[in-house]
Amino acid sequence: MKAQTPMHEIDRDDIQGLLRSGYGHHTEACFLLLRIKDREAARAWLAAAPVTSAAMVERPVGTDASIQPEPLPETVLQLALSSAGLRALGIADDVIEGFAEEFVSGMDGDANRARRLGDVGASAPERWQWGAGQRVPHVLVLLYALPGHLDPWRRTIEQQCMAGFDTLACLQTADSLDREPFGFRDGISQPKIDWERQRPARDDAQLAYSNLSCLGEFVLGYPNEYGGYTDRPLLDAQRDTQATLPRAEDAPDQADLGRNGSYLVLRQLQQDVRGFWTFLDGAAGGDTDQRERFAAAMVGRTLQGVPLVAATKASDAAASSADLNAFTYQSDPQGLRCPLGAHIRRANPRNADLPAGTRGIISRLIRTLGFDEEALQQDLVASTRFHRLLRRGRKYGAATLAESLAGPPGAPVGLHFICLGANLARQFEFVQDAWLTGTKFDGLTAESDPQLGTRIPAPDGTPTDGYSIPQPDGSDRRITGLPRFVTVLGGGYFFLPGIRALRYLAAAH
Amino acid sequence: MTPQSHFTVVAPLAAGREGGLRELLDTMNSAPGMADPGNAMLPFGAFERLHFARLVLLGDPTLADVEAYGFRPPQAPLYLAFMGDCDGPARRMLADLSQRAEAGLRQIFAHCEGFDAHGDLLTWMLAHDTPVAANYVNWVGRSVLQIRQESALQRVLSAKVVRRPLASGAEAQAARRGLITFVEAEKQAGRLALAPPERTPSGWRIAKFANLVIVPLAGLIALPVLIVLLPWLVYLLRTRETSDPEICPRPQAEALQALQDLEDRDVSNQYTAIGSLKPGRFRRWLLSLLLVLVDYACRHVFTRGRLARVQTIHFARWVFLDDKRRVMFASNYDGGHQAYMDDFINKVGWGLNLLFSNGLGWPRTRWLILGGARIEQSFKRYQRRHQIPTQVWYKAYPGLALVDLKRNQRIREGLERERMSDAQALAWLRLL
Repeated sequence: MKAQTPMHEIDRDDIQGLLRSGYGHHTEACFLLLRIKDREAARAWLAAAPVTSAAMVERPVGTDASIQPEPLPETVLQLALSSAGLRALGIADDVIEGFAEEFVSGMDGDANRARRLGDVGASAPERWQWGAGQRVPHVLVLLYALPGHLDPWRRTIEQQCMAGFDTLACLQTADSLDREPFGFRDGISQPKIDWERQRPARDDAQLAYSNLSCLGEFVLGYPNEYGGYTDRPLLDAQRDTQATLPRAEDAPDQADLGRNGSYLVLRQLQQDVRGFWTFLDGAAGGDTDQRERFAAAMVGRTLQGVPLVAATKASDAAASSADLNAFTYQSDPQGLRCPLGAHIRRANPRNADLPAGTRGIISRLIRTLGFDEEALQQDLVASTRFHRLLRRGRKYGAATLAESLAGPPGAPVGLHFICLGANLARQFEFVQDAWLTGTKFDGLTAESDPQLGTRIPAPDGTPTDGYSIPQPDGSDRRITGLPRFVTVLGGGYFFLPGIRALRYLAAAH
Repeated sequence: MTPQSHFTVVAPLAAGREGGLRELLDTMNSAPGMADPGNAMLPFGAFERLHFARLVLLGDPTLADVEAYGFRPPQAPLYLAFMGDCDGPARRMLADLSQRAEAGLRQIFAHCEGFDAHGDLLTWMLAHDTPVAANYVNWVGRSVLQIRQESALQRVLSAKVVRRPLASGAEAQAARRGLITFVEAEKQAGRLALAPPERTPSGWRIAKFANLVIVPLAGLIALPVLIVLLPWLVYLLRTRETSDPEICPRPQAEALQALQDLEDRDVSNQYTAIGSLKPGRFRRWLLSLLLVLVDYACRHVFTRGRLARVQTIHFARWVFLDDKRRVMFASNYDGGHQAYMDDFINKVGWGLNLLFSNGLGWPRTRWLILGGARIEQSFKRYQRRHQIPTQVWYKAYPGLALVDLKRNQRIREGLERERMSDAQALAWLRLL
């Protein structure tokens, strides 16, 4: 029996489970990229597709321990559509244009976007295996299964899809989830979403970094960190006479096509694992300990996931998983423990809206007006809470680092990067552009992300293939000539609809 | 110290000349919107005192917004604006330009109404140099020459410095001394130059001091009147704030694309926006007053690397057009557009509201500084819709951002310091 829920309570039957869970128990997964070949057949399938809701994968929290949780479903299906997919379904243009511009134009659609995301050179959309031009998927079907159940599940779904869709590609994934292909423990840092909506939805400066994000940062139709609602298609009631869609909280007379949905970013990132370790081996002069220290300095964590900023010899061994994500860089402003340009520091700088200072209104005013010189040095990067990503990626290729290193050269190994968010521009694109690709991040000069960087010189010829490791008693140690370790092979922006929205889209004419 | 100044030559286009001018301007670029520094029309790179310059057609796609107040859209001319930021007096810069790029400038301005092909070019440009209501310079006194020389210094030192842990303060001192000797030798050999700062012009000093004193004095005189009027002014503000229409539709996809095509080709970008003031004298006077205050703050307070909390703006200016019915804002900033806007919202939303909330259609503010730009989605649509493509944009130091300029400056200062403590010497080495 369901508990009494306040009016505010969200409809977990309407939300796809991926927003709640990374399906860690479902170690097997594959992602189908489909193109619509028969619109009616495609609609018919979408109208009944067995999409797994958040309610179906939820483990009760804080309730009576005697209540047995429902068993996890053996198989899971999640579904997302691209803007090309919506057009192919025959959705009206003015509805599509209610979505974010980035989604409408697509990841491949614009040379400026490619410049910003670092999709240039070997990663340019025109070289992608999928995701550009005629190879833009219409529908993305994510299949997950408990061990041993994926193959029949995939066959069942492919059978169902055959009439309506062509399969552009089926992205395979590796079963082991905890280490990414370079060998690092992965997926440690995730924002905590305020599902209970306890965080007040109003526009207030936050003076401390918090890992808790307003629901509206990741789920459309709810207030975000600014206390506002992110743009999404709101429809006049007469376009939804069956009342398939929920009404909008901020416009109760309109149907909210976005509510309980999110945007999904998928990028196939090929990783040159051998190249990475060979390069570091050279930089370390063959010293294996040093090689591993360099690797950790580039990532900002040890291979075991211990954050460098918090690492001591004792904690390294005793690190519990709770500790691994409970830190900020406030005690390390110069990057002496964790370099400023380390991957995890770029991807999540963990800072507040104002640089740190003493309490009190005068101090706050001084920092707000920019009169505190010391605070300004820590203020090149700020307000992390508006730029968080909920990551749901899976790796592909060899299951372990040892297998990658032993495998044939050029064997496909990498990450099907997936992240969810309500605002593509302010979340994924911002982080990828300003923080990861940016060569001036936090005052650095001539380097982009040590793992993801394109190494392509700036337009004026400045190299971007360095990496600086600050040291307390001398000039930065500098590794130069970094090759490219990650190449983008495909990518796309998708809308992960609420389940009612999916049924609406399947029926809309 | 060499103070910076600016010019803003604005002139209406002659009828039927727009298409031709656009084509002409495109020939000056090496990539969309990016000026070729050596282009034959106006070889920007040859002018060593020029920091930034742009040529932009001030087409205003939002003129009809005033219909929200029941007014008919005004007939506004299509202007060409030629703007620049330079070292030393703008007059000298314009004279230099009109001398050394006369043919090209004549060819450009021949598209403007009333341009006399046989008249004096400099006189014409000076006559059309429009006053700037408020102007911001990131670092008053930092010249192009200095930026380039210090960048060369940083490159050389960064390649030369020994990157190993130093055992003692004495070692740090020795390392620094070694680098100083090395730089001296490079200078002797003519491979490096570090020109000493020029003398600060006394005229500029006097004008600055006069401004420093006169503005507060004028304020002091006006203060009693303002205090008396305050309740009424607050009433006027609040009634308007609660009823002024918000006009923040999505920009057209094509218009947005036209802007993005020009962006992210360097570590810095340009931004030009235009819009009408809200109708009525209240907003006109309020904005005039606020721009005087902002200009004052930029002249006397925010002269060293920051505009309040924002540290990524090289130069910015606000210019009234059409008898203060419209305003143009132009800036040069580091990073991408999204980051620039997020910085605006998160760091100086209050400051943005103070000025731009007097613009027609701005997202609703409360008490002049709250709300407004913090209504993220409305603000982002608003600013993109008011932004216009900058046809030609020049930056004298591609690849360099303000973080570089500041650090390079500190490197040079440290190099020229007579004496340093061990800790200072180490901190200096760590800049390299």
